[in-house]
Amino acid sequence: MQFGIFTVGDVTPDPTTGRTPTEAERIKAMVTIALKAEEVGLDVFATGEHHNPPFVPSSPTTMLGYIAARTQKLILSTATTLITTNDPVKLAEDYAMLQHLADGRVDLMMGRGNTGPVYPWFGQDIRQGIPLAIENYALLRKLWREDVVDWEGKFRTPLQGFTSTPRPLDGVPPFVWHGSIRSPEIAEQAAYYGDGFFANHIFWPKEHFQRLVGLYRQRFEHYGHGSADQAIVGLGGQVFMRKSSQDAVDEFRPYFDNAPVYGHGPSLEEFTADTPLTVGSPQEVIEKTLTFRDTFGDYQRQLFLVDHAGLPLKSVLEQLDFLGEIVPVLRRELDAKRPAHVPDAPTHASLLAASSGPSNSVEVAR
Amino acid sequence: MTSRAIAVVTAGLTQPSSTRLLGDQLAAAVRDILAGQTVDTEVVTIELREHAHDLTNHLLTGFPPAALRAVLETVTGADAVIAVTPTFSASYSGLFKMFFDVLDDKALAGKPVLIAATGGTERHSLVLEYALRPLFSYLQAIVVPTGVYAATSDFGASELHERIDRAAGELVALLGSQPATALDDPYDDLTPFEQLLSG
Repeated sequence: MQFGIFTVGDVTPDPTTGRTPTEAERIKAMVTIALKAEEVGLDVFATGEHHNPPFVPSSPTTMLGYIAARTQKLILSTATTLITTNDPVKLAEDYAMLQHLADGRVDLMMGRGNTGPVYPWFGQDIRQGIPLAIENYALLRKLWREDVVDWEGKFRTPLQGFTSTPRPLDGVPPFVWHGSIRSPEIAEQAAYYGDGFFANHIFWPKEHFQRLVGLYRQRFEHYGHGSADQAIVGLGGQVFMRKSSQDAVDEFRPYFDNAPVYGHGPSLEEFTADTPLTVGSPQEVIEKTLTFRDTFGDYQRQLFLVDHAGLPLKSVLEQLDFLGEIVPVLRRELDAKRPAHVPDAPTHASLLAASSGPSNSVEVAR
Repeated sequence: MTSRAIAVVTAGLTQPSSTRLLGDQLAAAVRDILAGQTVDTEVVTIELREHAHDLTNHLLTGFPPAALRAVLETVTGADAVIAVTPTFSASYSGLFKMFFDVLDDKALAGKPVLIAATGGTERHSLVLEYALRPLFSYLQAIVVPTGVYAATSDFGASELHERIDRAAGELVALLGSQPATALDDPYDDLTPFEQLLSG
């Protein structure tokens, strides 16, 4: 079981002081948060990719490469990489490069993004969102798996005898997750390839995501990658902790009330009841997080959102200290419940071992 | 004895509300006609006032709180809808529109809808034709030809009751024999990936 954090990279005024961090402060804060994640024993740091204010992370591999140089164990990931508007050729190169620099501590989460206007900024058409996600990802896989590529599709110029460099580290492409909050097609895509499926269920009630995850599991089995309960599932989470529950609620409420996405709408209490958001003591976060397994089955990756809505860096780092305390408990509880035949999330080491082993069962040739 | 489910959506704000009263009178007229055809009528009246906060929350978060979700399901599953709004600034009220903004845009497709409105003066009566009817046409509802507008001075007048009975009769005639159908489920006709890949 992997635990980590994912960040949107929003620059949001602190509603309690009115102060807005500069872009430089926010970018450096994201790095500090990632380094702290490793220090407290988390497994994964994932950054969003955005190309419009008030977000700063437009260049994920630049940031992840810098973090790679300053960490030893942390897996560097994305949440999400825009498979629709990035050129798959550049993605193949950038993330293979990052793999080499990070000694394989890299995976990606593909997504279509939630900002319609981004499509024309990169020469694409939002009406083609799903077809772009399908074609671009198919090409990305090919570029990582075949040394010399001849290719022709609908959305970019054809390739003749093209070799993407550097080649993936040890000939093993990064593991890929697909993130979606509403599209059955993306669950189907993840299932087809035997990739991971990440349901960022933090803003909506769980029933909606149960259907998406259920579909992914069922189709994962259909495509012969294993049984439905062996499918690779990741989930979001959103927490704010203090030693006492009341202190957590009092401190977080102004951030909640003014937050992007749900601010000025439901009360903290209503939203906590309807979604995975947990504001309270570490024990309350443990209890709520353990219910995710009851809802979605045994899963492989849990990412928490802790640094949004204008929370100051100091508070975020304190949240990471709390996560450092509760993650060993969650790890122990969830590992104990997980049957032996349910795998961990693939890593570079496990994929390398599988690819050089006799059965070669992980990478189905597609 | 067969049964029909009628949802009354009323956007009246005061309590008691003349908008609610008009909705009740329309529902009673429908019930009487159906009773004459030995059809039971199950009327559920939805006071949007009770869901005003949830409607705002739904707009901001993208999902309905449980109580509102139940109401949206009631309307979606009804055999017919009676929609009643006060006239505000020459149109339906904002609260009324919010409800139909968050209702699935296919929820009323093919469903008989009786439109009605209240207002302080007779001069607003065309609000039915210029505001409500286009809204429900957009939502692909089958809008009853006779809409019912009641100014304060109309209540108690026999002409209003005749109009209510005529509109109710038209709604019942549109009910036909088929029960309400469920919405299309995007999970039902999943495209297999090979087909997605081949574009």
